Amino acid sequence: MGRIFKYVMLDILKNKFVIAYMVMMSLVAWSAFTLEDNSAKGMLTLLNLILLTVPLVSVLFSAIYIYNSSEFIELLVSHPIKRSKIWLSLYWGLCGSLATAFIIGAGIPLLLFAEFTISLLMLVVGILITVIFVSLALLSTIIYRDKAKGIGLTILIWIYFALLFDGILLFLMFQFADYPIEKPMVLMTALSPLDLSRILLLLQLDSTAIMGYTGAIFRNFFGNTVGMSISFTLLILWSTIPFLVSLKKFKKKDL
Amino acid sequence: MITVENIKKKFGKLVVLNGIDLTLKKGECIALIGPNGCGKTTLMKIILGMVMADSGSILVNNESITKSELYKQHIGYMPQIGRYPQNMTIGQIIDMVKGIRNEKKPLDEELYKAYELDKLLDKKMSTLSGGTMQKVSAVLSFLFNPSILILDEPTAGLDPIAAEILKQKIIKEKGNGKLIIITSHLLSELDDMVSEIIFMQEGNIIFHQAVSALKESTQTAKISSAILQILKNK
Repeated sequence: MGRIFKYVMLDILKNKFVIAYMVMMSLVAWSAFTLEDNSAKGMLTLLNLILLTVPLVSVLFSAIYIYNSSEFIELLVSHPIKRSKIWLSLYWGLCGSLATAFIIGAGIPLLLFAEFTISLLMLVVGILITVIFVSLALLSTIIYRDKAKGIGLTILIWIYFALLFDGILLFLMFQFADYPIEKPMVLMTALSPLDLSRILLLLQLDSTAIMGYTGAIFRNFFGNTVGMSISFTLLILWSTIPFLVSLKKFKKKDL
Repeated sequence: MITVENIKKKFGKLVVLNGIDLTLKKGECIALIGPNGCGKTTLMKIILGMVMADSGSILVNNESITKSELYKQHIGYMPQIGRYPQNMTIGQIIDMVKGIRNEKKPLDEELYKAYELDKLLDKKMSTLSGGTMQKVSAVLSFLFNPSILILDEPTAGLDPIAAEILKQKIIKEKGNGKLIIITSHLLSELDDMVSEIIFMQEGNIIFHQAVSALKESTQTAKISSAILQILKNK
């Protein structure tokens, strides 16, 4: 299992697309910090860019990689190794290499320009988003055999979480403004990993003004520390549950 | 060595295998033939554990294949199209499979040497031609000296010299008492290799006969003409 992981990771890190992603992350981070006059503002710009790009690259690249590896997966299955180990190696290989690209790309400028704890948290959030969207991509490739449909689904997943979800939330807020909707709103937030990551980081940054409605509710509801640990736990759940569902289905899948 | 009992498989509404029974023994070289979509590949994939059968059972060396994946250490498989991750090198692929197999037995490097893969170990898979990739697949399937070989269109895509090397290797391993299963559409090249023929159509086995018996009953000298004659008489 170790060797599959190692070689899959090396294979992905040599991929031109992943190298381009690393360079792009680095450019984005440098420009976010050099354009803004203080590091807190730079941090927020970077956060918003990370919340848009990291999920898109992770979900799309992983799905394409898995579809292109279908013959390779067949070959591995023909050898005496458990299917769960193959799927785990691919999962870890994808997470490991994309997270490495992210850490190298965004990590260096973060450590240079921003406070250490906050940049560490930003990296953790970036890695979590990577892992979450890799696991969503694996689930999509299991749901659809057809490459075009599967990739379509991953794009829909990204549009939903990165763009649509906030709109839906806003719509519900206006519609039900006359009711006490704080509790349902907190629950709704748990449904979006990107909102959770944003809240996690903003709670640490302590900039309530830009926290948005859900963030403010989260803080009033749980306070800083509890709020952070709850959103962190939810993010961990988001990164494991889709993968576990896909693992269960992969064990029985016809290749 | 391999016993297949009443295997059924449907993809949606399409019946691919309709109750297949087979017994395959040591030292046999079996050609699995039939028109496209007759279920040959699905049957091989079920034996290899890539596709799950709806019902029925398969025993390899008297052990059910659904219990554990360890039976696959007795099997070498050569796919019809071998595609590998783009940036992996031939050396890495071979090293990876060695790691998975983790066998103490000495390796069978005859094909590896005959195809001179040692000169290509650092080549990336994305730069290889289809034929070279087939060579890699062939080498991997024979490398661990498995007692069962499953070869899906083994010579398609290989140049004549490489194909001949592979054919000689197959004949040699048959002599060593291995069970070899080949699917092929090139009936003419099966003549000197195979000892039995299984003909499949629409998910059923039409006949399963020794080549000598087949030629005798149809009064022909070649497998291809024998099969044509049987199909005409139906």
